[in-house]
Amino acid sequence: MSRYKNILFLVTVLVVQIIGLAVQIRRPNPTSADAPAVRLIRYWAIGLMSPPEKVIHGSGTGLRGLWSNYLDLRHVRQQNQDLREQVGRLQLEQATLLEDARQGQRLQQLLAFKEHYIYSTVPTQVIGTSGTDQSRVLYIDKGAKDGLKPDMAVITPDGIVGKLKDVFAHTSQVLVISDQTSGAGVLLESTRLRGVLRGNALGQPQIINMLPDDRVKPGERVITSGGDQIYPRGLPVGVVDRVVADTQNPPYLDIIIKPAANLGHLDELLVITRASDHMPEKEKQDLVQSAAEGAAVSQRRASDILAERLPGLNDPNAVVDPKQGQQHSDAAAAAAAVPPKLHPPPALHADHYSPDATPPANALTPGHAIVDPRYAPEPGVQAQVRNTADGKPAAAGTGARSPGAAVPGQGASPGTPHPAAKPKAPKAPPTDQPAEAAPAPEPSTAPPASAGDGGPPR
Amino acid sequence: MAISASAARRELDVQRYPLLVVVLVPLLAIFVQALIPRFVPRFDILDLPLLVTIYFAVGWRNPIAGTVTGAVIGLIQDALTSRPLGINGISQCVVGFLAASLGVKIDVENPGTRLLINFAFTLLNIVIYLFIMHHMLAQNLGTNWLHEVIKAVINSIVGVFFFDILDRVRPRD
Repeated sequence: MSRYKNILFLVTVLVVQIIGLAVQIRRPNPTSADAPAVRLIRYWAIGLMSPPEKVIHGSGTGLRGLWSNYLDLRHVRQQNQDLREQVGRLQLEQATLLEDARQGQRLQQLLAFKEHYIYSTVPTQVIGTSGTDQSRVLYIDKGAKDGLKPDMAVITPDGIVGKLKDVFAHTSQVLVISDQTSGAGVLLESTRLRGVLRGNALGQPQIINMLPDDRVKPGERVITSGGDQIYPRGLPVGVVDRVVADTQNPPYLDIIIKPAANLGHLDELLVITRASDHMPEKEKQDLVQSAAEGAAVSQRRASDILAERLPGLNDPNAVVDPKQGQQHSDAAAAAAAVPPKLHPPPALHADHYSPDATPPANALTPGHAIVDPRYAPEPGVQAQVRNTADGKPAAAGTGARSPGAAVPGQGASPGTPHPAAKPKAPKAPPTDQPAEAAPAPEPSTAPPASAGDGGPPR
Repeated sequence: MAISASAARRELDVQRYPLLVVVLVPLLAIFVQALIPRFVPRFDILDLPLLVTIYFAVGWRNPIAGTVTGAVIGLIQDALTSRPLGINGISQCVVGFLAASLGVKIDVENPGTRLLINFAFTLLNIVIYLFIMHHMLAQNLGTNWLHEVIKAVINSIVGVFFFDILDRVRPRD
């Protein structure tokens, strides 16, 4: 018996642990929180490890705070200026997206869809990891005493990180999206394909079991779909890195994701403790403010946009008549006072395809070509073209060609200057016309449009 | 004859460590293993607690002590993960048992031998772990064998230096 003592001891220890495993797996939902006995063992282990981790983390934070808050303040002014500019820019962007968002909300109300807005978050610090690449788990320094509960979403401002799994009194376990047992409902932003995100053996998040689709390209943004009831809808997840074949389940594909949050270097996290189907008051105020500021700026910039689209209006070489200049400034003032109506700019060189160039249908005769007097060749040029067609040489120096006389397929001669290269002085617009209605140049002075020239230079 | 030779070797070469070292070194290894990947994410390819199990098991040359050491360290590791308790416990108690049994028969002070046993036991630990996950727990997890072999190679190389450091905490006769 003593000869088999060692092996018997090993078998006993193995059997005890296998029974323990079986008891843990027998629970109805193995992915939910642990049974009390297992939770107790985890609590002891975490109680053993987290105090020194918190001490090390606290001392490191203190040193970093001392350096960043008191010693290294060289770039704070510049950063403050940059951030202010960024806030202004984001407010403008928010204003431009406001109408789309309202429309989306109306449609969601029609569909009885419950949007979940983030109402409150708890900032936390990462204090440790599981220490193994087989389980992607983080430990944070907040727990049940701070209002955290299992299955709450954990994010950074860049994107989602994971969800709370086990919550203890002062510590919580975060299951990262790169773990193989994690799961999140996600949506490809442009193709609107839905899928389930989970980690692979190398710790990369991937969308699994996707049917082959040519539209999925690297770089496409991935956001949360909200279908898992954990992550609010629309949070950034990452971008598509590459698409690989699922070797275990052909013909399905796996889409490898490059996460938006830097999962390798996580320090400060936010736990979403409350979400609601109503927009928070603060967010509403921000939207109203952004909308007002956006409207003011777009009003102010209308004339700038107009000048940008019609460069001829701001020709620096133009000879300005004081009287016309006065009229022009009056027109500009009127345009600034009245909200401008943006129309496509008129063609500099009108042709058959220009708006309003084609006669109405009741003026057309079946079997006859459309002859617009504006485009009809001059009589001399007509004779020249006819002579060329008869095989006789055309006489040199028969005069300048009008734009309409250009032979189809023939481009502008090399020596012909492009209007953009040497712009002509524009005529001052009449005061009773809107400022954006620029006068078309005279046909006789404008060069013919070259082949392949899609339209006037913008 | 062979049995008596092994017994004699065991009596001669068995290593004894202070209780403080036996308790603190595994805890320190688990602590470092849990803390460092926060700053160096790739550090998690190492398995310091497994190396500690192998080191103590081959030093004690006692299969029962090796089994207990492996089971306790493995269970603490499991407690820090999101997986059921016992996966690392089972794999490491098998590794501890085999390492102690091997320590009776071969010279484990040689760096070349240490390199080989670290490689073999790291790979064995991974195989047992994956067997439990796939066949006993029916968890359909992906496996990248190249990654696992690289992990075993890195562990075996680091283990040689790590064992040298642990040799210094051993009381000299």
